[in-house]
Amino acid sequence: MDDKLEMINISKAFASVKANEAVNFTLMHGETHVLIGENGAGKTTLMNILYGLYQQDNGEIRIDGKAVKIKRPSESIAHGIGMVHQHFMLVENLTVAENVVLGQEPRRGVVLDMKKAVETVESLCKQYRFELDPSQRIEDLSVGKQQKVEILKLLYRGADILILDEPTAVLTPSEIDELGKIIRKLNEEGKSVILITHKLREVMAMSDRLTVLRRGRVTGHMRTEDATIEKLVEMMVGKALSLEVEIPEQECGEGVLEVQNLVVRDSRGHNAVNALNFCVHRGEIVGLAGVDGNGQSEFIEALMGLRKVQSGKISILGKDITNKQNRAIIDAGISCVAEDRHKRAVVLEMSLTENTLLGNFAHEPFSRGIWLDYGYATKLTEKLINEFDVRTPSSEVNVMWLSGGNQQKYVVAREISRPHELLVAAQPTRGVDIGAKRFIHEQIVKGRAQGKGVLLVSTELDEILSLSDRIVVIYKGAVAGVLTRAQADERLIGSMMLGDKAEGGK
Amino acid sequence: MGRKTKTQALSAVAPIFSIIVALLASALFVMWAKSMSVSEYFSALRLLLDIIITESLSTPQKFMEVLVYATPLLFCGLAHIICFRCGLFNIGVEGQFIMGMVGGALIGQLQGVPMLLHIALMVLAGIICGGLWGFLPGILKAKRGTNEVVVCIMTNFIAMYISNYIALRSVFADSQHDSSYTIQPHAQLPRFVPTSRLNISVFMAIILAFCVYLLLFWSKRGFQIRAVGLNASAAEAGGVNTTWNIVLALVISGAIAGVGGALQISGVQTRLISMASFPNYGFDAIPVALLCNKNPLACVLVAILFGALRNCSRMFQIEGIPKDIVYVIQAIIIFFVAADLITKHLNKRRRA
Ligand SMILES: Nc1ncnc2c1ncn2[C@@H]1O[C@H](COP(=O)(O)OP(=O)(O)OP(=O)(O)O)[C@@H](O)[C@H]1O
Ligand SMILES: [Mg+2]
Repeated sequence: MDDKLEMINISKAFASVKANEAVNFTLMHGETHVLIGENGAGKTTLMNILYGLYQQDNGEIRIDGKAVKIKRPSESIAHGIGMVHQHFMLVENLTVAENVVLGQEPRRGVVLDMKKAVETVESLCKQYRFELDPSQRIEDLSVGKQQKVEILKLLYRGADILILDEPTAVLTPSEIDELGKIIRKLNEEGKSVILITHKLREVMAMSDRLTVLRRGRVTGHMRTEDATIEKLVEMMVGKALSLEVEIPEQECGEGVLEVQNLVVRDSRGHNAVNALNFCVHRGEIVGLAGVDGNGQSEFIEALMGLRKVQSGKISILGKDITNKQNRAIIDAGISCVAEDRHKRAVVLEMSLTENTLLGNFAHEPFSRGIWLDYGYATKLTEKLINEFDVRTPSSEVNVMWLSGGNQQKYVVAREISRPHELLVAAQPTRGVDIGAKRFIHEQIVKGRAQGKGVLLVSTELDEILSLSDRIVVIYKGAVAGVLTRAQADERLIGSMMLGDKAEGGK
Repeated sequence: MGRKTKTQALSAVAPIFSIIVALLASALFVMWAKSMSVSEYFSALRLLLDIIITESLSTPQKFMEVLVYATPLLFCGLAHIICFRCGLFNIGVEGQFIMGMVGGALIGQLQGVPMLLHIALMVLAGIICGGLWGFLPGILKAKRGTNEVVVCIMTNFIAMYISNYIALRSVFADSQHDSSYTIQPHAQLPRFVPTSRLNISVFMAIILAFCVYLLLFWSKRGFQIRAVGLNASAAEAGGVNTTWNIVLALVISGAIAGVGGALQISGVQTRLISMASFPNYGFDAIPVALLCNKNPLACVLVAILFGALRNCSRMFQIEGIPKDIVYVIQAIIIFFVAADLITKHLNKRRRA
């Protein structure tokens, strides 16, 4: 018996939506198995069943050859299954060690034995070569490190099947490499890993075998060495698809966004954005590249009027919008795909239609006088759902029930559909599948052709390189260099992102 | 569409279930009070239901009395709903209601004002006094980040002391009665029949429930208030001024409670009576707002239900059952409603 885990004939439906249909999935000892598929294909659902968050309607789960029933997460933990969710679940103001032991604290009598906790965490870090300081607070850590804490938590609980749901969506390339190494190390220690991702290059680099889901069904599984990217795309989407978007040559026009000497503080009072200067023209896509945590988030918040500007100036088409109210800034012509969709972009407990009203409700035709026009909002929402292929039973469903990627597609659809002069797209394709990614890229390029300015903020260098006319590299809140499309290459940007000042053209 | 109707149906199941369980469990309390044996559980239950049903429905008179109790509960329940929807806990409804009574009682003493105008003025006084009592915690929260619950607890006491000062020591105090002078006849809302205190304020409350529904679910303002309550950061990024909406929600909430207070004076009490402790109109409405799941239309029914319970308390005492059984029933209902809210919250967190 080489199989660690077998999921046989698993089906699960939510009302009319068949999220999983007769899915078979096996996981061997010490392997990394990738689960891929379009947004809404049912990957998260399948893993939530394994983790005990949902019950399957049909089918059987076997671990080490024995049939098991998993009714709640605590039972799956007892079976050695651990899961890192698409959205992290750490306690922000506790330390690394506290988070890791939370729920299973070492005790002396009734009190928490903090020393023992720190020691255990340290030895785990050493064993798996994690560079983490157990006494640091979560809120001070980069996303990549937070993810390691999540993994440590599972290891501390003795998991030997680790489920990672889109762990790479928020990581920078170097963090992804590091994660790859960690996963290898886990395999060497005899642990099995299930990985969900939309990034096919990583699939090829990080896994032993893979399973493809489409609309709830398995459309293929194979050893990674037998797979090619073209083949995977076809299994996922059902047809061949070219991934590159063509970007025609085009002259850019007057300035849309101008940022001068901008200084913005982070929540702890440090200058996160420190004398930032750059501009975006009409018909131009400017990529803002940088390692996460170099002031990008604070800059976007300041741009959108959600964080105070200490000094300096932001203007849109020559109009000063520094420290204006968010609504005035939207009205001045900025649409923004927020980087953290659950925090800034959607209200999970409102329907898609109501979410369409966010950012729009103040104006006709979304409202008249003091009343909202739900009829118009519904019509528009349905149009967005069709155009962007958002998989949802209807526009009346709460956003909460959409899969992560479909939530993202909806947000992008809403923001692009609003009349605007400048599109701020922060991680616009976070969590979306390759087909949707291509579609979103096409829409961005279409906006450029219509003479809109685009500011693209992304930790994915690929995305920046393939779309941007100009690349502004940000380091410690200031511009480390500006490159044109012709000058840009991955290595150069990579080194500029780490602070090596290089002279780029303006 | 199907899914939405299904979840709506489900959200009605939980409150009904909690009412049934509360009644079943309170029958035990009846058994204890009347020292019945275990085998008599069903007679205890029958007695309980009997009292509740006869006391509230057997004659029109009795049902009118239920509505008298239900009216202030409805006003205060609606006040709570506005704030709950905005993610706030307005424990100050109590004080806002009292301030509405104060405003109403003072304006009610004006002489020579024609009836309609007089009542309109009292309502206006209720809006202003209650609204001001909501504005205080609101503005402190907005400008200073003070917790609204703490401030509301203080403003409640201030309201009670103001009311007592007016009823006992001011020029408006009627030293014979430990209360203020009775308001002018012109300031009193007409009653339907001489034998009941029921007056048209009950219809005003029901109309107001419908207005609150329109406000919350069909107006721009209500949309903003709900968005702030569900996800303030996203609301902010969607062009909603969160601080302003928080202040406004507290002011609207206070104004609604204030109107309730003013009409309570105009229709039922006719004068400000000195209080030894809080009259509990606002506090008792908290479970009303929770049980109706923050839905203003459902709030009408729940307020009537709780009004009926309140109306029974005298009968319970006559039957030798401590009137606290009313609170036992309410507490059990709250327990289930809270449990339901917590599981919903956990379910939400599970879903990535
Ligand atoms: N609790 C739920 N209630 C209703 N529908 C749900 C629920 N969970 C998932 N669904 C639906 O089931 C389908 C599969 O969702 P799932 O989250 O498994 O997709 P996914 O493959 O993880 O997609 P993504 O790549 O976008 O994360 C979707 O259409 C989603 O809307
Ligand atoms: Mg998913």
